[in-house]
Amino acid sequence: MSDHPWTWRTEKSIPSETGAGQRVLEDVLGQLAAQQWGEHEVHGVHLALEEALVNAIRHGNRSDKNKQVHVACKVSPSKLWVQIQDEGPGFNPEEVPDCTEPDRLEVPSGRGIMLMRAFMSRVEYNTAGNCVVMEKERRAEAG
Amino acid sequence: MAAHRRLEVSEVGDVTVVRFVDRKILDEASIQELGQELFMLVETEKRKKLLLNFAKVDFLSSAALGKLITLDKKVKANSGKLKFSNIRPEIYEVFAITKLNKLFDIKDDEADALAAF
Repeated sequence: MSDHPWTWRTEKSIPSETGAGQRVLEDVLGQLAAQQWGEHEVHGVHLALEEALVNAIRHGNRSDKNKQVHVACKVSPSKLWVQIQDEGPGFNPEEVPDCTEPDRLEVPSGRGIMLMRAFMSRVEYNTAGNCVVMEKERRAEAG
Repeated sequence: MAAHRRLEVSEVGDVTVVRFVDRKILDEASIQELGQELFMLVETEKRKKLLLNFAKVDFLSSAALGKLITLDKKVKANSGKLKFSNIRPEIYEVFAITKLNKLFDIKDDEADALAAF
């Protein structure tokens, strides 16, 4: 991890409001585009980051303006690493029910983590469940 | 008819065709507003046949998916029909991953969807 040739990195603490999350997101997506990441991959990363930031702000910090979300991100032409930590009590991602089960298909929430896992190469939570690390490795054939 | 900020609403025969104004349906306030406008079509205006055209939409988060699921329930409760059309591949992928392509009736374009009511 540490010897990967990262070409851009950032570390920010943002207030628990979605507008602040959007500004971080735009910075990261701008870097991916500048480093020639493909449109499809950028879309997937956008969705995963959006879901993770909303989870941290709304569900983790419960939009409490006194709490912050800590974002660290590293980008290279072939890889993205991002860590998002909130100041909430955490949760157990294994306890989030599978919304693709037929009897849960009509439940209107609980799909964020599923989308994060689908679009990123690796999604891992810490034991407390208030910090997620996600990685995306570009596939060789991706344009 | 009520004014809509997030939607463009028109009628083709007895079908209400809804187009989204925003390319990205992102922040919480917009999603709430979008949900209210969609629900109003069913609950207040009592529209039975709804076609949602996603041509303009290039980003949809799980929160917006939740509103669409709730809309589907309201339409069914009102004995109506809901169909989607013009979903670009990136968005369709989100429906496929979440298996919501099995819940919603998704057609390629508006003509296909209109013919299917």
